[in-house]
Amino acid sequence: MTATTPAAPPAAATAGAFRTTRRRRATRSVVVTCSLAVAVTALFVLTMMVGSFQLSAGEVIASVLQLRDDPSVDFVVRGLRLPTAASALAVGLALGAAGTIFQQLLRNPLASPDFVGINAGAGFAAITGIVLLQVGGLAVSALALAGAVVAALLMYVLAWRDGVAGYRFILIGIGATLFFDGLIGYMLTRAQLSDARQAMHWLTGSVGQAEPGELRLLLGAVLLLLPTAVLLQRQLRALELGDDTARALGIRTELSRAGLLATAVVLTALAVAVAGPIVFVALVAGPIANRLLGPATGGIIPAALVGAALLLTADLIAVHLLPTALPTGVVTGAVGAPYLLWLLATTNRQGAGG
Amino acid sequence: MSSSTHVARRATALGPGLALLCVLLALVAFLSITLGSRSIGLPEVLRALGSLDTDGSINSTVTLELRVPRTLLGVLVGAALGVAGAILQGVTRNPLADAGVMGINSGAAAFVVFAITVLGVRGAGVYVWFAFAGAIAALVLVYAIASLGREGATPVKLALSGVAVTAGLASVTTGIVMTNVDALNELRFWQVGSLAGRYAPILTGVAPFLIIALIASLGFGRALNGLALGEDMARGLGQQVTRTRTAAFAVVAVLAGAATAACGPIVFVGLVVPHVARFICGPDYRWILPYSMLLAPIVLLLADVLGRVVVTPDELQVGVVLGVLGAPAFIGIVRYGRMSEV
Repeated sequence: MTATTPAAPPAAATAGAFRTTRRRRATRSVVVTCSLAVAVTALFVLTMMVGSFQLSAGEVIASVLQLRDDPSVDFVVRGLRLPTAASALAVGLALGAAGTIFQQLLRNPLASPDFVGINAGAGFAAITGIVLLQVGGLAVSALALAGAVVAALLMYVLAWRDGVAGYRFILIGIGATLFFDGLIGYMLTRAQLSDARQAMHWLTGSVGQAEPGELRLLLGAVLLLLPTAVLLQRQLRALELGDDTARALGIRTELSRAGLLATAVVLTALAVAVAGPIVFVALVAGPIANRLLGPATGGIIPAALVGAALLLTADLIAVHLLPTALPTGVVTGAVGAPYLLWLLATTNRQGAGG
Repeated sequence: MSSSTHVARRATALGPGLALLCVLLALVAFLSITLGSRSIGLPEVLRALGSLDTDGSINSTVTLELRVPRTLLGVLVGAALGVAGAILQGVTRNPLADAGVMGINSGAAAFVVFAITVLGVRGAGVYVWFAFAGAIAALVLVYAIASLGREGATPVKLALSGVAVTAGLASVTTGIVMTNVDALNELRFWQVGSLAGRYAPILTGVAPFLIIALIASLGFGRALNGLALGEDMARGLGQQVTRTRTAAFAVVAVLAGAATAACGPIVFVGLVVPHVARFICGPDYRWILPYSMLLAPIVLLLADVLGRVVVTPDELQVGVVLGVLGAPAFIGIVRYGRMSEV
């Protein structure tokens, strides 16, 4: 006991410094998350203000919260603009969260759903529906949902060998993506030109095509799964240290990994079913959030909020700032790409993108 | 001592292996000339090939003016894609590097769409040149962006900038295509990747580039072996790492650019074949490069023949066949094969 006393002061100092750093990180994390939430709310309201019929923020908020009764405003806000805005919000939250879970779990910045075959599986199923079965609307979304889930299951089964390790999963995902892309290309050549056009529109992804039923499902899933993901985040933290360390800490690695993957897959699948395979949001939301968070990286909620902010902004641009209204996915790619490039150009660390 | 005998044994086994692949390629090429949606008897094929001149009959015209150029194009494009993939994977030390990931397809597609919508160009024979320019522009852009910053073009930065440029260009392309029905109609046929309908003029157009670049590419073996040890190690061994990279990218830009221009984006060959070659040859790029160069056209021609035979009288584009057959093969390699480090 006496032997430990001389070492105590420096140890206490280290612990103090450690605590200060930790507190600073926690503060920054809270501040960033709150600012993002405010920004997303502002964008959400702004989306419903602009258009051929201009509204004030007060009118929009009053109408959404049903505080006042003004039939014409209510029609524009609740009838026309709220579904699209809510869809952008929910899809953005889902994609942002799912992307960052994939990236952290597989420890690879390329491991977003755009790359591991899930989007491509959903796209192929939907295109088959449009071209071969001549269906539209809800049926396309249902097919996309089924395609995404089947692709994800396929991926998991194929990548499973004594656990799902990072690189193998991504390689197999890329293989599956190429497989589905080949079939999508073939479907497009077989289609009537008008069907091909509809298929391309769907493949680009747009938040303006949500059916109310699916939207409710997605919103429910986001409300349920985001907290689940956050609860599982402690497991995620341990996994980041490596499988052996995680096992030593008493984490059942495969179970928690499967749980997190399942959460991310369901979020992605529902988002794709509602809005089509919108690119880039899942890929960049995590890295952007990490940059804002600084040393306290890896928050799922901040990443989800970044995703929502990105998608709301993209939809504003796609619908209101371009000469012709285009699918949202056109803008997420065109806007997301320069951002990622800037991130690459300014970051000095290896393993860039975060 | 033991390692040098190991190398020697590898060399004695791999040399004949190359010869065997040459024979196999010749057989597959012959198959590609013989088989097709129009059945032409073997004697007629041989007679046409022997005289090297059409006697006016449909069969000899099909053989000499359609199937022979198509087969030659398949050989050249396949070899180009295989070697380009191997060099890219070696230079970036990234097992996922491939012409598609590095932005080549999207650059080519963007320029094709530009040619169609803005310049009113029609027909594959003309927009080959736009695709070529677009492929090279995209690759240069990707590499330039990845090179920004202190430590230069690291594998991860390269892959990410490839992804970013691809997504950006793809968005612009889709944006234009959505508002221009003509462009959509032309693009959807170009972007599946096919050897069909791209005959003699395209072959003579891209062949000189491809042949020169193919010969040049074989000289990179030693440099890639050095890079495989890591950048610092390669520098320590006296290599000019930056110069090697730049030269390698120039060659890849020509190979993959010309191939994509001629046939559209053909997937899988550039990604998978180098892995197969590495599986056979081990880590030595002096063997991997020639093996990739011979394996890739064999795969490509087989896929093309298969696409012509399975849905007669229609045909499946080679890009589709490769996507469908290549994926299980690729996944098999990843799952069960010894996924060699790059």
